[in-house]
Amino acid sequence: MTEEKQYASFMERIRAGEKIEATDWMPIEYRKLLIKLIHMHAVSEIMGAYPEKEWVPRAPSLRRKLAIMAKVQDEMGHGQLLLRVVEDLSAPLGRTREELVSDIYHGKVKFHNVFHMEARTWADAGVIGWLVDGAAIINQASLLETSYGPYARVLKRICAEESFHMQHGENIILALAMGTDAQRQSLQTALDYWWESLLFFFGPQEVTPAAKQMMHYQIRLKTNEELRQKFLDKYVPRIQSLGLTIPDLSLRYDDSQKKWRYQAPDWHKFSQIVTQNKGPKSEERMLLRKKAHEDQQWVREAMRNHNISISSAL
Amino acid sequence: MNNINDLRYREVLIECLYQMADDKLLLGHRDSEWLGCCPDIEGDVAFSSIAQDEVGHATFYYQLLHQLGEDDPDRLAFGRDASKWRNCMLVERENDDWTYSITRHLFFDQFDQIRLQAMCTSSYEPLQHGVKKMIREEYYHLLHMKTWFKQLGRAGGVATQKLQQAIEKLWPDVNGMFSFAGIEEDLLRFELIQLTPTEMRVKWEAEMKALFQQANMSWPGEFPQLKHDGRKGEHSAALKTLLLTMGEVYQSEPSAKW
Repeated sequence: MTEEKQYASFMERIRAGEKIEATDWMPIEYRKLLIKLIHMHAVSEIMGAYPEKEWVPRAPSLRRKLAIMAKVQDEMGHGQLLLRVVEDLSAPLGRTREELVSDIYHGKVKFHNVFHMEARTWADAGVIGWLVDGAAIINQASLLETSYGPYARVLKRICAEESFHMQHGENIILALAMGTDAQRQSLQTALDYWWESLLFFFGPQEVTPAAKQMMHYQIRLKTNEELRQKFLDKYVPRIQSLGLTIPDLSLRYDDSQKKWRYQAPDWHKFSQIVTQNKGPKSEERMLLRKKAHEDQQWVREAMRNHNISISSAL
Repeated sequence: MNNINDLRYREVLIECLYQMADDKLLLGHRDSEWLGCCPDIEGDVAFSSIAQDEVGHATFYYQLLHQLGEDDPDRLAFGRDASKWRNCMLVERENDDWTYSITRHLFFDQFDQIRLQAMCTSSYEPLQHGVKKMIREEYYHLLHMKTWFKQLGRAGGVATQKLQQAIEKLWPDVNGMFSFAGIEEDLLRFELIQLTPTEMRVKWEAEMKALFQQANMSWPGEFPQLKHDGRKGEHSAALKTLLLTMGEVYQSEPSAKW
C-alpha cells in the first residue's frame, strides 16, 4: 500500500471512531503529536507530586497523612503508566525512558503551570487537591474519547483515581471552611493565590496550530476555552457556597452568550513560567528530579546488570 | 492469661503498644520522605505503598492505645514530646542514601516479622487479630527489601561499596530493636508475646546471616552495646526535628479540626 493510501485508510478509521493501537501504522505527525501531549501529561503527573510532597510530612492527622500519601502515590503511578505509553510511541524514534525523564530537567518537555507554583500552606495543599485536580479531571475526562487506544485506557483509570483526589481535596477544604477564623483565612488566601493559575491551566483561548492538528486526528476533541468554561460551570457555585470570595470582581455568567466572562490571567507571565521554567518553584523542583535521576543512576545500573529472580529472595 | 483488669498487665500492654506504634509511624514517615526522590518511578510507587502500610499499622496500634484509655490517636502522633516516644533509634535516623534506607528497612522488617509472629497467640485478642493481618502485608515488604539487598550486594562497584557503608552505619542501632525497656519478662509472663528478646535476636541473626551470604556481604560481627535506648525515651536530634515537622500544622491549632 502506498503511504497515501495508508494515510487515507488511517483517517477513515479515525472518522469511524476506531481506536488506534501501538502497533498499528500511523502517520509520523500523529505519533509526534501523541508523544508531545502524553509526555507532557506524564511529566506533569510526576512534577505534580512535588508541591504536595512538601505537605505529606506535615499532614495534620493520621487520616490526612494516609490520604495524602496515597494521593501522591497515585500521581507517581499515573506518571509511570503514561511514561509507558510514551515509551512505546517513542521506541521507533530511538528514545528511551532515561531520556524521557532527563528531558524534564533539560527543559525539553513542559509541565503544567500549576506545578511551578508554591505550596505555602496546608490550605494550598487542599486547594491543589480540590481545584487543581478538579481542573485536571475536566481536562482528562475530555480526552477519554481520544483516538489513541492505549492512552484512552490509561486515562480511564486515571480519571477514576482523580475523582478520589478531588474528594480528598474537597474534604480538606470543607474542614478548613468550617474551622477556626485562622483556618478560613488561610483557605481564602490559598484561593486568591491559585485562582489565576487555575484559569491559565487550560491554556490560551486561541486554538493553536498544534491543537488544531490534535483535533483533526481526534487526539483531543475540545478546545481550551470549552474546558475552562466547564471548569467555571462546575466550580464557581461550589466555591461560592463555601462563603469564599473569588478574586475576580468582573466574573459573571453571560446569559445571552451562555458563557462565563472572566478577568483573563496574565497569559504572558504564565507562558514564561511554563516555557522558560520561570515559576517560583520551577528550578528547585527540577533540581530535585535531576538529583533523583542522575545521582542515583548507580542504583538503576545495579538493578539492570544483576537480575535475580524474586522467587529466590525469600 | 488475659487479665485486662490487672494493673501490671495493662501497663506492660500499653508500653509494648507504644513501642510498636512509634516504630511504625516513624518508619512510615521516613519512607514517605522518599516521595518523588526514588531512583526510578516504579520504586517511588512501591516505597509509597509500603509507607502507607506502616502508617496504617501505627494507626491501628494508636487506636488500641486509645481504647485502653490513652490519649486521642492524633494527639499521640502529633502532640507528644520526644522523650515520650518509645521507638527504637534505628527508625528515627535520617534516610541517608538508597542503600541505607533499604538496609534499615530490611533490618527492621525482619525484626518486625519475628516480633509479630511471637504475638500471633497473644493473650490480648484485639492485638492478636491485628497482628495476623499485618503479617500478610509485612511478608511483601520483607520480600521487597531482601530482593533489593541481594541485588545491591551482588552488583559490585559503587552499589556494593555504599551498601557496605550503610551496614556499618546501621550496625550500632541493631541491638536497640531488641530492647523492651524492662517489660520483657512481664510480656512473657502475661503471654502477650511468646519469645524472649534473646530468642528473637538469635532468629534475626540466623535469617540475616543467610541473606548476607546470598548477597555476598560479610557479616560485621558482634552488635555493639547500646549507648542510648530509644525504648526508654532516649532519642537523637533527628527525632526532634522530625516531630517538629510532623506536628507543624497540627500544633498551629491543636484544638482545631483538620
